[in-house]
Amino acid sequence: MNFRRTRAVARKEFLHIIRDARSLILALLLPLVMLLLFGYALSLDVDQIPTIVYDRDHTPQSRDLIREFSGSRYFQVTAVANSYDDIDRDIDRSRTLLAIVVPENYSKDLLAGREAQVQLIIDGSDSNTASIAVGYTEALVQSYALQLRSEAQVQKGGGKLNNAVEPRIRVWYNNDLVSRNYIVPGLIAVILMIIASLLTSLTIAREWETGTMEQLLSTPVRPTELVLGKLSAYFTLGITDMVICLVIGVFVFDVPMKGSVLLLLFSSCLFLFGALSWGILMSASTRSQLVAYQLGTLTSFLPAFLLSGFIYSIHSMPVIIQAVTYIVPARYFVTVLKFIFLKGVGVEVLWAELTFLFLYAAIVFLFASRKLRQKIA
Amino acid sequence: MRERLKVIIRKELIQALREPRMRVMLILPPIIQLIVFGYAANLDVDMSLIAWMDRDATQESRELLSNFEGSGRFQIVATPQRDAEMQHLLDHGDVDAVVRVLPGFARDVERGRTTSVQVLVDGTNSNTASIVSSNAGQAIARYSNEVNLRRQRDKLVGRTMSTGGPLRPNIPRVDARTRVWFNADLRSRNYFVPGVVVNIITLITLMLTAMAIVREKEIGTMEQLMVTPIQSIELMLGKTLPFALVGLFDTALAVTVALVLFHIPFRGHVWVLLLGACVFLMTSLGAGLFISTVSRTQQQAMMSTFLFFQPFFLLSGFTFPIRNMPPAVQYLTYLNPVRYFLEIVRGVFLKGSGVSVLWPQLVALAIIGASVLTLSALRFHKKLD
Repeated sequence: MNFRRTRAVARKEFLHIIRDARSLILALLLPLVMLLLFGYALSLDVDQIPTIVYDRDHTPQSRDLIREFSGSRYFQVTAVANSYDDIDRDIDRSRTLLAIVVPENYSKDLLAGREAQVQLIIDGSDSNTASIAVGYTEALVQSYALQLRSEAQVQKGGGKLNNAVEPRIRVWYNNDLVSRNYIVPGLIAVILMIIASLLTSLTIAREWETGTMEQLLSTPVRPTELVLGKLSAYFTLGITDMVICLVIGVFVFDVPMKGSVLLLLFSSCLFLFGALSWGILMSASTRSQLVAYQLGTLTSFLPAFLLSGFIYSIHSMPVIIQAVTYIVPARYFVTVLKFIFLKGVGVEVLWAELTFLFLYAAIVFLFASRKLRQKIA
Repeated sequence: MRERLKVIIRKELIQALREPRMRVMLILPPIIQLIVFGYAANLDVDMSLIAWMDRDATQESRELLSNFEGSGRFQIVATPQRDAEMQHLLDHGDVDAVVRVLPGFARDVERGRTTSVQVLVDGTNSNTASIVSSNAGQAIARYSNEVNLRRQRDKLVGRTMSTGGPLRPNIPRVDARTRVWFNADLRSRNYFVPGVVVNIITLITLMLTAMAIVREKEIGTMEQLMVTPIQSIELMLGKTLPFALVGLFDTALAVTVALVLFHIPFRGHVWVLLLGACVFLMTSLGAGLFISTVSRTQQQAMMSTFLFFQPFFLLSGFTFPIRNMPPAVQYLTYLNPVRYFLEIVRGVFLKGSGVSVLWPQLVALAIIGASVLTLSALRFHKKLD
């Protein structure tokens, strides 16, 4: 292990990156594009549900109920239907998501003390939005019913009717329930994984394809030094990306950063080291750039995007897939990121995740160096 | 011209299918992607893990607990006694929420005062958190309603008894009857898997077209093609038509897996889907052609494909509803072909929509496809000269 030789490889790799403008642009532009998309444009938060109203009762009571919906910030009454066909058409064309139908005998039932029914038709294709919308509508109807009962009791000379039990819901760590706050920290893991898999997976395969590997072999550089040298170049790129994400996330998108920046940097280094080593391992396992690239995306980008809990919660996956996520390093890193950003916890909570990331990095690095040595020998 | 075109299509097909590794690449990655996506891409919260912190320990608080358990949406995994334990559970992410019943709960319920139940939700994942809050709110509201009705009846009975009048529990009640269309069980898999079909066909056709042309450039066989009497339009068609076939084949494969493995409802007509796929292929093949004209090496082609594909994919409404985007971005998505194809595929799968509903999307795709193809063809032509 010689520091000078490692540095020489690193310098050569840096020159490669700087001269290949497109890789450099990809490496620096991609985080920006993804941050902008996720920060500004993409959100899972449901409000202003487009709603169509079909009032078959036409009484002050039915209008009162409809007013309750149009006054809520969760609903936006965009159209008034005159028949079920109108509802059909609008839902088929995805112009509306929710239809409120007040039946003909609504006010009669209500005044007679029978159970008055409101019909809600919801487009369930987007099940996530739909189930949140169902929750909103049912809560609204329930609280409206209580209000009516209270009024009725006051009229009959009884006291005002209060809600017997009130839920006091307090959301910890992300008070306003903004999806950006949990997506942006997780995005750091995805971006680092893309850099690692897309750039690193090609680096050794390229040396083989272009025939420069033989030249490298004739120099006194050793496999470990070669891996370390190549790693350090991409490592610098990765850390730059991480800092870009951190700064833009915190200062432009106001994502809360409650924990220690130092711990964040430290864990990013651990993760990045492992991810880059994995890229090198993929690259050393094949001599074709196309195959290396395919292996890289299938084994690192896809799991980081899908199986890490970045967007899709691991708890909702089938048990077998949940078991698979335990060997996905991004899973641990996404947990670390979210916990540091939003919960502000430290090593006392995250030691298990950090230990895994450390072991993963060490093992994959050893494998990568050994694989390269085998290939060379 | 027919003859030459046939020859180049044959050459392209042989080249694509000759290598065993390439044959595997055409079939395996789409299936792996579909399966992983199908199982993992899931935003449903069926069962949330909660901690129950009962500081009251009375008949009433247990009644509330059985309301939570009875809803089938909560699993009580811990019963912390002290605040520190609760903090620990939330910090470690062991539970999605803690329900805290404070001392005096039963007393307040009995005396008819408004009392409250605290629900502390872990907001780290805002989507899960808002579903959990809404479920908890509903369970509490149900209990509250029961208590309320009981109270009101007692009062009415008391009053009618004292006045001696007839018993008339004239309480206004409103009930919501919710019906869910197209996806009655609200399974997010039904929404995502058709989307994955779109994702796979886009990526495969884009990548293969771009790579096939750049490879000829890289290994120098492009010059050989140029000295043959083949014309650029024939070369272009010959380079894209085989991949159109591959794209259609992969679509059929993906649809089959979606139906057989994931039991996604397919309510529309196959030919509407096929029509949509054919029109969409104009765009994706055209874009692949375009990438090939701006890339010199396969690596550049791969990276451009990736940079190009990501924003289109994310802004298509695949996971993140277009409705939630800022208005300016919503207008931009009208230029996004993936958006239209996604609407077609989901419409055919879930809503059983036909051409009468989907024609705006088809027309938009045709216009985008024609412009992209023309633009790439012009560039391609210039490059050859």
